[in-house]
Amino acid sequence: MPILGSGRRDPHEERVATLTPQARPSDRADAASPPAVELRHVVKRFEGDVGRRVARSVDAAGGARGAADAVVAVAGIDLEIGDGEFFSMLGPSGSGKTTTLRMIAGFEQPSEGRILLHGEDVTERPPFDRDVNTVFQDYALFPHMTVGDNVAYGLMIRKVPKPERERRVGDALAMVRLSGYERRKPGQLSGGQRQRVALARALVNRPSVLLLDEPLGALDLKLREEMQIELKAIQQEVGITFIYVTHDQEEALTMSDRLAVFSQGRIEQVGSPAEVYERPATPFVAGFVGTSNLLGGAVAETIVGRAGTFTVRPEKIRMGEPDAPAGDDESSALGVVRTVVYLGPDTRYIVALDAGAELVVTEQNLSTSSMEALAAQGRRVRLTWKRQHNFAIGG
Amino acid sequence: MRSGGARWGLRLATLAVLGFIYIPLAVVIVYAFNASGTVSWPPAGFSLRWVQAALENSGLQDAFKTSIVIGIGAAAIAVILGSLAAFAVARYRFFGREAISFVVVFPIALPGIVTGMALSTTFATVDLPLGILSIIVGHATFCVVLVYNNVIARLRRTSRSLEEASSDLGADTWQTFRHVTLPAVRSAVLAGALLAFALSFDEVIVTIFTAGGVTTLPIWIFRSFRLANQVALVNVAGLAAILLSVIPVYIASRLTQDTGGVTGAKT
Repeated sequence: MPILGSGRRDPHEERVATLTPQARPSDRADAASPPAVELRHVVKRFEGDVGRRVARSVDAAGGARGAADAVVAVAGIDLEIGDGEFFSMLGPSGSGKTTTLRMIAGFEQPSEGRILLHGEDVTERPPFDRDVNTVFQDYALFPHMTVGDNVAYGLMIRKVPKPERERRVGDALAMVRLSGYERRKPGQLSGGQRQRVALARALVNRPSVLLLDEPLGALDLKLREEMQIELKAIQQEVGITFIYVTHDQEEALTMSDRLAVFSQGRIEQVGSPAEVYERPATPFVAGFVGTSNLLGGAVAETIVGRAGTFTVRPEKIRMGEPDAPAGDDESSALGVVRTVVYLGPDTRYIVALDAGAELVVTEQNLSTSSMEALAAQGRRVRLTWKRQHNFAIGG
Repeated sequence: MRSGGARWGLRLATLAVLGFIYIPLAVVIVYAFNASGTVSWPPAGFSLRWVQAALENSGLQDAFKTSIVIGIGAAAIAVILGSLAAFAVARYRFFGREAISFVVVFPIALPGIVTGMALSTTFATVDLPLGILSIIVGHATFCVVLVYNNVIARLRRTSRSLEEASSDLGADTWQTFRHVTLPAVRSAVLAGALLAFALSFDEVIVTIFTAGGVTTLPIWIFRSFRLANQVALVNVAGLAAILLSVIPVYIASRLTQDTGGVTGAKT
């Protein structure tokens, strides 16, 4: 099974020993049951009018441009998503993640490649003939219908008999904790409630795959965190494959079984949250999924002792006095604290190294007060970290 | 903050402008219920005799009915052509799409005298007899834009994702149109139709060029206005014309100022 990025590991690098081996759902399934969703070398080009319009937004985000007037939104993607998996597509705007989702839903036609749902080629099929449902970023609730009619819409279209329809709508609303809201209009609901109606409207049809396009983007932080937990619980309850598009790396890391990091229409890396976070395959992933903390060129040779590009996670680095000793199994570097950012539970220090790079260090405020933390500004420090946390990047 | 004097000045100016517009209308309404047959102030007293006379005047009655038929005909054509054009421009991409808006909006900016002259010449060329049908066609040219503008504005405010959501939930193109798109634009179509009717109902210039022997209400008023024995009747006809313009326009404005949240995204 082709998993992009899996072949990019540096064979000389120490493995992160504590990493939990993440079983991939598609590995578990026997060869006879095909993945829930399979993309085979999918390419999407926008041409002419639309291309020019997309070009403006994609150019701003540093996207890929193809031939004159054609914008390559998705530049050849191979992907398998297993049954029952919570799979996230993570990337900045213009990276092709939403276009990929829309192609799976059937709103966009791929320019090249095939899309398979449970082994069946659906590339040519319209959205209403695919066993997937979508939760839209703007929820797309029908404003002239009640909440009950919105949720019942898919069942009404499929001519499900009224008693069954009512029962299933009631169940779906109960699942999203909106029982008794059947007669309200979407306009009378709060943002979080609308979001849950949209979820119920999609789930009531029992699709084999649920597509979610930045569904929490319009909610405030607290509500978003609540909904993250609720979404994950609902996904485990119904056991449906969720494909979740987001630009929020924290959201992707906390909710997903696996995620794909998108950039410029390509997938940079696919893996479990721990794999992607601890062992980024490319500098882009290192930067997007966390804080990049890249050591390259001469700096890498001085500090790590080898040629290549390395990344160190900010929470792995200890900050101490300049004369503090470093162990044999540790890398260390001298520098000056340039900026201190007090974040409440932790403090982030940006340290300019004598060797020439900059590293971000985060420390929990276990016994440090904000005054003490801020006083570190301009101080000379020695940074030390375990050699095994020098992770070589393949890109 | 303006000084008290300036504020009062502004209020007086506003009142003067409103008075300038509405007092003549009020005068027409007062004279429609005048007991005397001559235009002189103060009115002689309240009476329904001219309303009665208007109801018995067959010339006025025919003109009134003709205008209603023409208004409905022009509005019907405007609804069909205006809605279709709006859907095409808002939902599909094709060569010349940008030009359509201009082509549709242009006739309302074109002087009526030019439209009338051009239509009259064209009808003569193709041997179409002048009459109710030619007036309807003439009015439709500038009524289409009213439906078009209303519907396209509504379509642009209605998120594409509503139609996508419907399709995603299993509805084919026709079901989506019936259950989602049509309810979203229905009030805009109706508002456009009412405005088209109101505009057609009191149109004079294009009507003169395309009427042949047909008399519409505005033309009847225009002719009778100069005849001394008809003056009182003209005021009643004027009142009818005011009502038939004000009511559709009022309903149309109520229909188009509908409840915000079209997609339901933001609170």
